[in-house]
This record gives sequence, structure tokens and C-alpha cells, in this order.
Amino acid sequence: MAIKKYVVGSFDDEAVLFPAVKKVRKAGYKIHDVYTPFPIHGLDKAMGLRDTSLHTAGFIYAITGTATALGFISWALTYDWPLNFGGKPFFSLPAWIPITFELTVLFSSVGMVLTFCYLCQLAPFVKKDHFNLRSTDDIFLMALECTDRTNETEAISFLQSLGAKDVKIDHREDRWWLGRYDKETKFFEIKPEGAVV
Amino acid sequence: MGLIRYESQVRPPLIEGGKDYHQVTEDICRPVEARPTRAWWIGFIISVLFLCFGILSVTMEVIYGVGQWNLNKTVGWGWDITNFVWWIGIGHAGTLISAILLLFRQGWRTGVNRAAEAMTIFAVMCAGQFPIWHMGRVWDAFFVLPYPNTRGPLWVNFNSPLLWDVFAISTYFTVSLLFWYSGLLPDVATLRDRAKKKWRKLFYGVAAFGWTGSTKHWQRHEALSLVLAGLSTPLVLSVHTIVSFDFATSVVPGWHTTIFPPYFVAGAIFSGFAMVQTLLVVSRKVLRLEEYITIEHIDVMNKIIVLTGSIVGIAYLTELFIAWYGANEYEWFAFGENRLNVNSPLGWSYWIMMFCNVVSPQFFWIRKLRRNLVVTFFMSVLINVGMWFERFVIIVTSVYREYIPAAWSIYYRPTIWEVGFYLGTFGLFFTCYFLFSKFFPVIALAEIKHILKRSGDTQKKKMDKLEDQPAEDFAEEHSHDHGA
Repeated sequence: MAIKKYVVGSFDDEAVLFPAVKKVRKAGYKIHDVYTPFPIHGLDKAMGLRDTSLHTAGFIYAITGTATALGFISWALTYDWPLNFGGKPFFSLPAWIPITFELTVLFSSVGMVLTFCYLCQLAPFVKKDHFNLRSTDDIFLMALECTDRTNETEAISFLQSLGAKDVKIDHREDRWWLGRYDKETKFFEIKPEGAVV
Repeated sequence: MGLIRYESQVRPPLIEGGKDYHQVTEDICRPVEARPTRAWWIGFIISVLFLCFGILSVTMEVIYGVGQWNLNKTVGWGWDITNFVWWIGIGHAGTLISAILLLFRQGWRTGVNRAAEAMTIFAVMCAGQFPIWHMGRVWDAFFVLPYPNTRGPLWVNFNSPLLWDVFAISTYFTVSLLFWYSGLLPDVATLRDRAKKKWRKLFYGVAAFGWTGSTKHWQRHEALSLVLAGLSTPLVLSVHTIVSFDFATSVVPGWHTTIFPPYFVAGAIFSGFAMVQTLLVVSRKVLRLEEYITIEHIDVMNKIIVLTGSIVGIAYLTELFIAWYGANEYEWFAFGENRLNVNSPLGWSYWIMMFCNVVSPQFFWIRKLRRNLVVTFFMSVLINVGMWFERFVIIVTSVYREYIPAAWSIYYRPTIWEVGFYLGTFGLFFTCYFLFSKFFPVIALAEIKHILKRSGDTQKKKMDKLEDQPAEDFAEEHSHDHGA
């Protein structure tokens, strides 16, 4: 896990954030991420993120559920142990619709939630950093990733000109790690050699 | 470019008090972060006492069998299955608010959806108790699952509505839980980031799963919520449909009707909304959240109550008409004698049901009564009494006198343990609700913030000057640039 350098600016209005995101991208800076306290529609498009394909995963899980239910019930009631229920046919498909439907929904939702947690790397005891605790409260936080060629002072003044407040340079672990939020140990506080803070 | 969404000027604000984002966080987190109040402790202790009595009642039933509940060969389903259908019905309002109203883009749902979803989960937990303990030999409850066993393996009967129920209710519980918790994650993260005490940091840190509010995560979260809502919508309709199949697929007079599925679903939403009203009218006062759960919310839910109440009323009358018009003497006996005849042993219950469910909600056509909290509270309790009697009427007045007079069981009365079990589920429900309101925000924080700029009263006041403003200025002010 590398410790990286970021230029971090916070916005207090989404109406200021939108044009800022566009201009930052146009100027060629690499946006690491934008942290917001609530979903902002269209921000993903503005940042140039591609659409999520979570829906497709949901559909695949759903048909898996349908196939599992139909396959298992057909096998159990027509092949493994056919039972005569009131003279009805062994292969009584209409009576299996409810369970088939329920398993379709069950597989799809459980699968999607697990996929969501996997893609976003969310799990109990996972610890991540989002630069500012207030970004789950009332500020919209933009983090620009610094490369070798980034002029930090320019980036800071550029963000300030776009309406960002409290702009500063920060060093952070770029991935999640396992930890507890009540423990104060932070790996990113070990500054790399020669870091300008 | 331009307006992404038109917000009507005449629509009243959903959030009052001129809040900004931080104030919203403060207001909603306050009840969670403050020490529990005296009212909370009293309520919680009473709930736990009820729960203990419920546990005692269930223990009596496990030791002595279902005969302990005065059930017999004729009235095999008494209070317990009545309570089962009642609780499962109550759960439906939560899913309706969180899923169906999400698909319909109803902004007002954000004020009430979190509490209603929690109510769904607790109500389904309570409902699930009844069929399980009603099995008598509860240690064999796992027999309902299709697992490879040493008896052949002999599989469960997949053609039986009772097995459909097993699948429907366990799926419903799982999906509701996932939907509720995935929606709760961002709000738990807010609590984690505000936490000062060590145990709070640990508890919310673990519970928030490391949520950061990254844009990519929000994008996936939105997709997940939308698909889960799309799945929950047919699911919630299927659950009560399947519960109604427990009755409708049998040949018992009074049960064997095709109207049951829509009639049960409408009744479920009706009673569920009544329970949401009961909880929210009290919660908004006790937790001081009147600016988020406004009279507007109460009003709009009362409108749904009068709609679903009227659907239920029409269903009752249709069922009655068909029982007469169908000219089946057993069917007509179930209606004409067992129910309509107020002097018959249980005829009174039909008229209580008719009064509570059909007559009383009609008062909500009057705007003044819809917006009155005291009237709303008593009406919601009355409706839930009525809906309990609906299930009692359907179950007990159908079976206690059906085909063979020699098998009639006129003197079915519940015992203290059967009533105690029901009271115990109230204890379970309210214990869970009290704990929920103490540890998690009862209002969806992120979602309220999402509609704050659009439906808050600050915004609405700005819209009042709309008439004097040129159209271009309005478009400029109320839009943000979405172009990629």
C-alpha cells in the first residue's frame, strides 16, 4: 500500500462543485475522488466515471435463482421422488411459480448486495480514510492526486479560484486496511522521506 | 442543460425550519447521541416486560402443546394465525413506502422511510414467530426446509401454499433487511465520523463497513437501491398474495374466493400505514423531529389510508355479494349466519371489523381531521383493531361452523397464554423499535439532505418570487449543469 500525496479542497455547495469538477478535469488534473454526504445526481457523469454494471450482475443472479428453483423442484418432484398430490400431474409448473419467483428475488438481491460490498470494498472492520470527517456531514470534498509533474502550489491556488475552501496538501494511504475506528493508529501519518507538508 | 426536475410551487415544503446540511445532521443525530430520556426508559422497560411475558407464554405452549391455546380439531387456526397475518400485513407499509414510492419518485417518503422499513423488519420478525411456535414440536421446525434427509430423501411439498409461505416470508425478511441496512450505511458513517466516545467509534466504525461517500460508491449505491426497490415491489405484492393463498386454495366456505389476493394486499397496506402513523405521531413528538415529519407527511399518509380503506370496503361488499349471488348454501351460511348475524356466537366480530375498517377511515375525507394528530393517532389504533378483527373473522368465523354440524366448535375462546403470546410479540416489536430509535437515526439522513435544496422551506420561499422573475433567470438559478 503506497502512501500518496493529494491536494484536498472542500466545497460547501454542490452548485459550486459541479463547474469546479468540469474545470479541474479540463485543466488536466487527476481527480482521485469526490466525497459527498449524499448522492449527487450527475456528478459521476461530470467526473467521467463509467456507468455501473451492477444491474447486469443483478440480472445474472436473478436468472440463476430462477434456474435453481425450477431445476431443483422439477428434479425433486418428477424424478427423485414423484408424489401424487390429489391426482395432479407430477410436473405441475403453475404451482411452482411462487417459489420460483421468491428465489429469483432472493438470489438477485443477496447477490447484488454482496457484489456491491465487494466492488466498493465494504465490510465490517474495514477502515478507510476520506480526508475530512465532515464529508459525511455537510461538505463536498475533492481530492486531486499529485504525480511527479504536479505543481502543488498551482493546484492549490487553482482549486481556491474555483471556490474551494480549506485547500491543503495531504498524505494518505490509497487503499483500505483492516482496523478499528476507535484505535488512533494511522499508517498514513508515517510521512515518506522528504515530504513537503 | 436546463431544469432536470420541476418542483411545483404549490406543493408545500417537506422540511421546515430553514435548515442547512449541518443542522439536518445535528437534528437527526441528536436523539441518537444524547443520553436516553426518561420516556425512553419507561417505554423500553414496559416493552421488555411484555416480551418476558411472551416468552413465558411460549414456554407454556412448548411444554403442554398447542392445546394450551384452546385450539381443537375444528378451530386449528385461532389467534396465532390471526396474529401472523396481522403482523405480516403491518410490515407491508414499510416496503411500500421505501420501494414503491421510490419508483414513483415521491419526495415525501424520505421523511418516513427509514422508520417504516425498520417497522417492516420488526413486524416480519413478530409474524414469523406464530407459524413456528404453532408447529407444536418446534424442535422439528427445520422440516419445512428442503434439505437432503435420511427419509429418502423425502422432499417438502412444493405445491403447497404453506411451503410457499416459508419461502415468501424468509425472502421478504432477507430482502427487507438488506434494503434497510444498505440504505443505513451512509448514515451510520455519519454517526461514526461524529463519534466522540470510544465505544461509539468502535460500534459505528464496525457497522459503517468503511463507508466513505466516494462518488463511485454513491453511484453503485443508487443503482443498488433502485434495483432492490424494483425487486421489492413485486415481492411485497407476492408475499401477501401467497399468505392469502393459504386460505384461498382451500375448500373452506368463506376462504375459497378468488378475490383474496388483491383484498389481502390492500388490507395489508391499510393496516401498515395505520401502524406507521401510530409510531410516527409519537416518535416525531418524543424525538422532536416535527420539522422533518411534518403535518404534510401525516396528511399524505392519511390519504393513502382512506384510499386503501375504501378498497378494503369494496372488497368486503364484493365478497358478501358473491356469497349471496353464488348461491352456494355453505358459503352463504358462512356469511349470512356466522358473520352478518350479530346474534350468532362470533357475529359481533364482523361488525367491529366493518365499523373500524370501512366506516371510520371515511372521516379522513375531511382535510381538517387528516391534519389533526389526536384524530390520526386514535384512528390508526382503531384501524389496527379493525384489521386484527378482519383476520379473526376470516379465520375463526369460517372454520368454527362449516360443513358438518357435529364438528362445530362454538365455544372457542383464547387462553391467557395465547393472548400472552400476542402481547409478547408487541413486546418484541417495541423493544426492537426502542433500540433502533436509540442506536440509529430514525430519519434517512442522506436522503433528507438530497431533497433539502428542492423541497426545503428556504427553497420554497424563494419560489414565491417566481412570478416576477424572467424565465431564463429561473432556469439559471434552479438548474445545475449536467453535461458530461
